[in-house]
Amino acid sequence: MTEATATFDVRLFGPASVVDIRGDVTSGSEDVLMTAYAAAGDARAIVLNFSDLSYMNSGGIGLLVTLLVRANRQSKQLMAFGLSDHYRQIFELTRLDEAVGIHDSEQSALRAAGVS
Amino acid sequence: MSDLNDKATDDKATDDTAAARDATHWAKAVSRLKVSDVPAGAAGINVAGKRLAGPIQGFGKMWQKTYQVSLPRDRVSATELIATWKERFPDFWPEGNRFYAPLTGIEPGEVALIGMTLPGRMKLSTGVMVLYADDESFTLMTPQGHMFAGWITFSATERADQTVAQAQVLMRASDPIFELGLTLGGHGQEDKFWNHTMRSLAAHLGQPDAEVATVVICVDKRRQWSRWTNVWHSSAIRSTIYMLGAPLRGVRGMTRRGRPVG
Repeated sequence: MTEATATFDVRLFGPASVVDIRGDVTSGSEDVLMTAYAAAGDARAIVLNFSDLSYMNSGGIGLLVTLLVRANRQSKQLMAFGLSDHYRQIFELTRLDEAVGIHDSEQSALRAAGVS
Repeated sequence: MSDLNDKATDDKATDDTAAARDATHWAKAVSRLKVSDVPAGAAGINVAGKRLAGPIQGFGKMWQKTYQVSLPRDRVSATELIATWKERFPDFWPEGNRFYAPLTGIEPGEVALIGMTLPGRMKLSTGVMVLYADDESFTLMTPQGHMFAGWITFSATERADQTVAQAQVLMRASDPIFELGLTLGGHGQEDKFWNHTMRSLAAHLGQPDAEVATVVICVDKRRQWSRWTNVWHSSAIRSTIYMLGAPLRGVRGMTRRGRPVG
C-alpha cells in the first residue's frame, strides 16, 4: 500500500467545518485526517470536499467509515460534496451514501448544515 | 503563460492517470450480486440476488482486526506477495473451509462463493465480492446474511528490509444471532482462522516460523439495534434450511429423471 500523499485543510463556518481533501487518500492518511477532524473543533457538521481528490483506494474508504463512527459518537453529521461520478458510484457500492449526506456543491452542504 | 499551460497539461495528465487507475481497480456498481457459475460442492443460495453490506449496515459492535506477518524483503516484494496471495488465496485457508475462487481470479467485481465449517460442524454457505484490487492490495466485501457485514483488505507494504503482509477486517456482526456467536467464542475462532492463513502464507513464502501480530480494536461499542431485521437474510439459518431440504431435493431430482419424456 502506498504512503499517504493527501492533505486535509480545514475551513471553519460556525456550525460546520469544511475539510478540503487533496491528493491520494489511503489507509496511510489516517493521522492527517484525524488531525483535520480535531481541527474542525465543535462544528456540528463535518463537510468533506472531494473536488481535488486524485485517488482513493479501499483503505481510504475504510478510513471514512471510522471517521463516520467517530463523528456519530459525538453527534456530528458527516457530509460530502465534489465527488466525481466515479466516487459517487463507489459510495453507492460500499453503501457509504446511506450514512454520509452527499451534496452537489459546498453551498448546498453548508445550507443543509445550518450555515446561513 | 507557457508555464501555466504546461502545468495545466501536467495536471490533466495526472487526473487521467488517476481516473485510469480507478477504472481498473474498483468494482463496477452493482445493486444485487449475480452468481454465474456454481462450482461443484458450493451453493450460491446466500449470495445470488443479495446486496452488499458494509460495516454501516451491520448490527453488532464495530471491530477492526489487523493480522500482520513480516517477511524478508529480499525474499519477496510487496507486489510479488500480493500476486501470490491472489493466485493461491484458497490454499492458505484452514481445513474445512472452502473459498471457490472466481475462474478469472481475484479481479474487481468478481464474486466468490465460500463454504465454511462453524463450531458444532455446522456448514455455512456464503460468499464475497472483490470490491477493489491493485498490485499491492485487494479487498473483499460481504453480502447481506454473511456472518459479518464489512470488508477485509489484504495488503503488503515494504518497510526497511521487511515486506509486511496484512489482513485487516472492518466489520460488525450482521445480526443479533451472529453477534451472540461472535461474543461466545466466534471472535477467537476468527483470530485462529486468520492466524492460520497468515502463517500458511508466510510458510509458502519460505518463513514457516513467522510470528503473526494481531491487533484488535473496538471502533464502535454501540450495537445498531435498528438492524436486527438483518436476521432475515442470515446465511446460517438459510444454510441450515437448505441442508435440511437436501433429501427432498434429491427425491425430486430422481422423480424428474425417472419421468417418461413426451
